[in-house]
Amino acid sequence: MTLLPQVRRNWARTIHAVTIGATPEDGGTRSCTVTIGGTSAMPFHHFEGTMPHRPAVAMEITDIPPTDWPEALRAPIADVMSDPAAWAARVENDFQPDLLCVRLAGCDPNGANRTPEEAAAVAVAVRDAVGLPLVIWGCGDLDKDAEVFPAVAEALAGERCLLGTISEKNYRTLTALGTAYGHRVIAESPVDINMAKQVNILAIDAGFPEDRLVIYPTTGALGYGIEYVVSIMERLRIGGLKGDRLVSMPIVGDIGREAWGVKEARATLEEAPGWGDPAMRGPAWEAATALIYIHAGADLVILRHPDAVCDAKAAINQLMAGATDGS
Amino acid sequence: MAKLSGIEVYKNLPRTNCGDCGLPTCMAFAMQVASKKRALDGCPHVSDEARAALGDAQVPPMATLSLGSGDRVLTIGGETVMHRHEERFQHPPILAVGLSAALGDAEFAERLDAIEALTFERVGRTIGVDAIAIRHDGVDVDRYGAVVTRIAAATDRVLLLLCDDPHVLAPAVAAVADRKPLLVAATEANADAMASVACQYGLPLVLKASGIDRTAALSERIAAAGVRGLLLDPSPSHVADAVGVMIQLRRLALEQRVRSLGFPTYVDVGGLVDATLDLDLDADARATAEMMAGLSFVMRYAGVMVLDTIEPWAVHPIVTARQDVYTDPQVPNEVEAKLYEIGHPGPEAPVLVTTNFALTYFTVAGEVANSKVPCFICVVDTEGMGVLNAYADDRLTVDRVVAVVREQGAMDRVNHSRLIIPGLVARMRMGIEEVSGWQVIVGPDSAAGIPHFLHTVQSQYQAEADTEAAG
Ligand code: SF4
Repeated sequence: MTLLPQVRRNWARTIHAVTIGATPEDGGTRSCTVTIGGTSAMPFHHFEGTMPHRPAVAMEITDIPPTDWPEALRAPIADVMSDPAAWAARVENDFQPDLLCVRLAGCDPNGANRTPEEAAAVAVAVRDAVGLPLVIWGCGDLDKDAEVFPAVAEALAGERCLLGTISEKNYRTLTALGTAYGHRVIAESPVDINMAKQVNILAIDAGFPEDRLVIYPTTGALGYGIEYVVSIMERLRIGGLKGDRLVSMPIVGDIGREAWGVKEARATLEEAPGWGDPAMRGPAWEAATALIYIHAGADLVILRHPDAVCDAKAAINQLMAGATDGS
Repeated sequence: MAKLSGIEVYKNLPRTNCGDCGLPTCMAFAMQVASKKRALDGCPHVSDEARAALGDAQVPPMATLSLGSGDRVLTIGGETVMHRHEERFQHPPILAVGLSAALGDAEFAERLDAIEALTFERVGRTIGVDAIAIRHDGVDVDRYGAVVTRIAAATDRVLLLLCDDPHVLAPAVAAVADRKPLLVAATEANADAMASVACQYGLPLVLKASGIDRTAALSERIAAAGVRGLLLDPSPSHVADAVGVMIQLRRLALEQRVRSLGFPTYVDVGGLVDATLDLDLDADARATAEMMAGLSFVMRYAGVMVLDTIEPWAVHPIVTARQDVYTDPQVPNEVEAKLYEIGHPGPEAPVLVTTNFALTYFTVAGEVANSKVPCFICVVDTEGMGVLNAYADDRLTVDRVVAVVREQGAMDRVNHSRLIIPGLVARMRMGIEEVSGWQVIVGPDSAAGIPHFLHTVQSQYQAEADTEAAG
């Protein structure tokens, strides 16, 4: 039998490990912490590297009852969706993701336009209701996020939350808050390696530690340009492993928002009779989108449907079999 | 085809810098060969060994082969890269669904119909299940032959004959050889007999061995028997193992140029899922697990994959992911710059402007469709740049936008003069208003805000129109 050559790569560096959440020992109140990143090879390349922390799954809630969520997403939380604390507790107890993501959609000036104080009150209520590590995602309006985050970041001081997002335009406020109150920060860029790098450079130059940054290279749904983002994620991860410290951060995918925006997830049986049971189809589209990104390098995925959370966790478990896994 | 580096060529040259090739140094000549400007023959002093070594490097590292006949000839293999951004993935994996020859008649017919129905329309193309994998499952030779013939008559899909007993397989193959089916599989135990069936009809053959080393050994043995088209199944023990094995096989073929492994791969996803999960799983959970595993092998290098689920919701994501991942990243990600109609827009429909970056357009169009507000979308040719990049690069300017909206005649289709521009370029508002005389409305920063935005805008103008009518 011919001896086959070795194909293992020796990558130059590992991806930063970013820990989210602080237990009382760390000065916070979370019941556990979750670490993402820390990998020394491409995802699930167990034959050549370690994935000390499995890709993590966060589940999303919003500060006001969501208006654009389809019935499939509302049904499991219909009785609690106007009470973020009760909603958070439902997620922790019944759906069991690794983290909880609070999207401050209510702060959107084009929507409910809630105040920073209201947002901070929601953040505190959610913190008190659950022990999961927290991700806090702003409404996306740069000016409003810059107003809201000071109150929220202070209210959650010491909890090592993951706050997002910063971009080229508004990195100063959030990085300063992250440093002051011990949080981690998501750096956003529009499907573009150089812009991803640029935001990281700005944050690092502003004094924010590079090992507390998470890259958000934007997300597209399966069937709607996912391949562009897949390639961006793969290039970011390869760049990081090859030694480019400006992209060697873990990556987050904002999956639920995208996956549930497309007709393949939302259409009713009448609208799409050939696409199968809608009760299965929506969560499947969401879980499928998540898995593709996880293969491309996403270390954290944010999901909306309980079944998608369950399916994604099961698939991650299977893919981690045989890994030299520290977690 | 994998590219030779200048250094690789140089190592094989005499390195005397004699200049007979017309270039001052061997290195200069090597660079020209590597960039395909000169042929190796240009150096009169190349040794036979060097020619052999470099000539071998010109052979594609992974074989290309095709299955099926008539309108359904599908090509796989011929891959050249590990990641799609490096060049492109060449041939999407063939997706087959299993059909057991042991099923009762009614169930069999029902399942065959269900498989036939697994097609979906996407961006103007029909995608779906390409092939039917006819599982032997222990039936006798007559039954297997009858089932294969029956399926061949009922479908034009590619046939996979999953039967490792050559005596059962041979008559079935004889009946459908003109359909160019795939034979699955040769093992260490039956290799000679399977190879002779494959050779007799010139058909491709899957070889199944335990692990990569034995797969390579079996591949050499079967190739020596004269079989041309091979697919590799190193029988991984579970999904994670399979992912690792697929990656290593691909690297061995492309980077190490191991000839015996330079073939596309075969993954029995249904079988792997059974091996990985506990068998008491309910049908939906099992279908979900197959979907997730199938997606893993779209990402990680399957040539042919066999599923057992026939749930449309489990198959649809796989065929969509396959189409997405195998698009050519070199082709600019553009849609045609023209006026698009979403829904059936009438004279009161909003008019939006966006760029021809496909991701931007699809996201905007998707959100507009979600809003259920029929709209016109004017797509500006920004050479595939998104809104911000196009703005920064002067491809999305006030004059451009006005000219394109005029050219495409959007404002002639409506009874108003309101133009919605992306929130990211809000600063263009005044300019466009001045140049065009239209009323410019700034849309949301992100497409996700479009439905809410459109509803607000529409109800606002509806109210205004009502007041006007009442007044
Ligand atoms: S002819 Fe051959 S040996 Fe002479 S310089 Fe050119 S490459 Fe080198």
